[in-house]
Amino acid sequence: MTTAASSFVRTLRRAPMFRDRTNTIATVAFVAGLLYWSFRFLNWAVVNAIWALPQDAGSNLCRVAQREGACWAAIHERFRFILLGSYPFDQQWRPTVACLLFISLYAVSTLRSFWRPWLLALWIGVPGAAVLLLRGGFLGLSGVPSEFWGGLPLTFVLSTVGFSAAFPLGVALALGRLSRLPAIRVLCVAYIEVIRGVPIVTFLFMAAVMFPLFMPQSFTVDKLLRAQIAFVMVIAAYLAEVIRAGLQAVPKGQYEAAASMGLTFWPTTILITLPQALRITIPGLVNTFISIFKDTSLVAVIGLFDLLGTAKAVLVDPKWIGFAVEVYFFVACVYFVFSFAVSQYSQYLERMLTARTLH
Amino acid sequence: MPIQPRHERTPRLNPSATRSALRIVHASGRASEAQQRTWPERNHRRWNNPRFRAILLQTIVVAIVCAFFALVAMQTASNLRTRSIASGFHFLGRAAGFEISPGPLPYSSRDSYARALAVGLGNTLRVSLLGILLATALGLLIGVARLSKIWVISTLASAYVEIVRNTPLLLQLLFWYSLSQVLPSPAHALRPLPGIFLCVRGLFVPSLTWDGGLLWIGAALLAFMILMLFVLIRSRRRREQMGQGLPTTRLLVGLATVLLSAALLIGHPRITAERPALMGFNFHGGMSISPEFAALLIGLSTYTAAFIGETIRGGMLAIDRGQTEAAAALGLSRVKILRLVVLPQAIRVIVPPTTSQFLNLTKNSSLAVAIGYPDLISITNTTLNQTGQAIEAIALAMFVYLALSLAISLAMSLYEGRSVPLQPARCNP
Repeated sequence: MTTAASSFVRTLRRAPMFRDRTNTIATVAFVAGLLYWSFRFLNWAVVNAIWALPQDAGSNLCRVAQREGACWAAIHERFRFILLGSYPFDQQWRPTVACLLFISLYAVSTLRSFWRPWLLALWIGVPGAAVLLLRGGFLGLSGVPSEFWGGLPLTFVLSTVGFSAAFPLGVALALGRLSRLPAIRVLCVAYIEVIRGVPIVTFLFMAAVMFPLFMPQSFTVDKLLRAQIAFVMVIAAYLAEVIRAGLQAVPKGQYEAAASMGLTFWPTTILITLPQALRITIPGLVNTFISIFKDTSLVAVIGLFDLLGTAKAVLVDPKWIGFAVEVYFFVACVYFVFSFAVSQYSQYLERMLTARTLH
Repeated sequence: MPIQPRHERTPRLNPSATRSALRIVHASGRASEAQQRTWPERNHRRWNNPRFRAILLQTIVVAIVCAFFALVAMQTASNLRTRSIASGFHFLGRAAGFEISPGPLPYSSRDSYARALAVGLGNTLRVSLLGILLATALGLLIGVARLSKIWVISTLASAYVEIVRNTPLLLQLLFWYSLSQVLPSPAHALRPLPGIFLCVRGLFVPSLTWDGGLLWIGAALLAFMILMLFVLIRSRRRREQMGQGLPTTRLLVGLATVLLSAALLIGHPRITAERPALMGFNFHGGMSISPEFAALLIGLSTYTAAFIGETIRGGMLAIDRGQTEAAAALGLSRVKILRLVVLPQAIRVIVPPTTSQFLNLTKNSSLAVAIGYPDLISITNTTLNQTGQAIEAIALAMFVYLALSLAISLAMSLYEGRSVPLQPARCNP
């Protein structure tokens, strides 16, 4: 008993938080503060919280207790709307399956044994399948126009389709920026710099307001597709810079070796340099994907109902006005789970790849 | 028939390698055989001429881009005609007719759209500049905290960074704004300190009115600047001659105190504090910070600080440990090691990514449109909704942002150019 206790104390003393006197004092002070604040937080979030309201009751019960406890009843009641938007209720298995498709796509992409050319095909096929499933209109699935899509599936669609569609464009822009041909280089540099110098919201407004002016009047494109196009344009410019860094990081000897084998530009690019560049840029691509995933929330500004848009819509409802902290907390948790997981993975990847190149 | 040397098909990339390869071919004397070709082959060779292909390709690409823009322009012109929207920037001179919450620039709804947009730009600049200052200060704190030897501090800092970086900025802004909305109404305003009121309409603090004596203060400021320059130059010269400068900080603080008190004594200004007072449904008088501005400023600076903190941490880590150890071996104190050895070297690593964070903050201030702060984008939005001049309004906003981006990059590259001489001299040239 005493040996177990003393070995426990010894392990504890070796732990980083009790390494020396300063650390110990700081840890003790912090734990005291943490206890106090977590006590207050738990009081608000758990003990005094209202988890559900009786059927057809107003939110008055919550309002009375608003200062003391959280009103998770708002989430409880509007859970489906926040996550899936106003998709027809009896068809909601479809957005759920679409979400699962996307999540399994991300999961599969993290496995190194799947880093094969067909992974690129998967990144086209799976979002395509998910969009078709949401859209319906075949095999007895009822057609659901994109105005009814919302919540998490919309966030996934915007970010994943945007990434997949922007990827070839980004590669082309990166190659163009490094090209020896002055006209092509200037065009690519202008495109990339203009897009990166202007806030994304501007392009969303452009998509919402200006795009119809550019098109023939018989030609109507729904709002979601317009936002998607704007995102593709923007993501391409950001991806181009990441891929350019990768192309420049490919050792010069590779270009020279390819040239001395008599390979021309395209064989050199497709067979030698681009595959290596893409492998180098994978952590950068993952980081770009995280920021795209977060930035798709901007579509809430032009009135699309992505995950943040549905949360805002809930808060406009007179019943739930004033419960913003609870609803935003919930949505923030959803965003955090995804991007934190992906960013941890990206950091792991960076460590692994640098370790590998050092050998 | 001779086998055409494969090197004739010049790879586009890396001209030097190609040229050297060609030289080898020429040296072996096979190139002379190429002169005996028949004309279809010569024609074929034209396609293999990289210059010809380059010009052709560029012409085609430029033509396609021009055609695309021409098509869009024609279509847009015809669309505008059918909707009878007159294009051009004439709308800028018309009266805007909407109100903007008071900011640094005076404005009333009778003013023109141009003035409204200028007010928006002023608001964007104000929130961006303040945000950059706050974010840099907070970022420095976080960067240093993440490197702290005290486990609790470094863990707290990294938790902060992870939480802030992994949730959307728009969500954070909405969250801060919604926090301000649960504050009490003006009638039941919180009073954290006497004369200061915090309510759902914002934060109200007393303002100081300055009456007279401004001239003397200005004169004192001017004198201080001249003297400061003088002291700094003298100190540098002395250091170059004797190895030790003047105690500049002490001298300058003393000078400032003397000059300021002299100016106040002579000028004798009347300083009156104006307290905010509740009149009707809101406070009047004093200075106020609107909840929109506060939410935007807090959101932008806490968000950007996480990124700047990571940059600063990376920059400090990039400095070799040997530098710190060598400085310690020379007997420099920890503060001096940081100030004279680590920071001057780290700053060169830190500045470029931090610049892009400043740019990001400026661009992200456009999210003000979501919480109703009248920045450039939200006034552009109102303008285009009222006038229908979507293309002109958005083009104007894009132009302004591009100009801002260029200005910040330029300022930072100037700074970088200045900070390069700070690098320590190499021992072995």
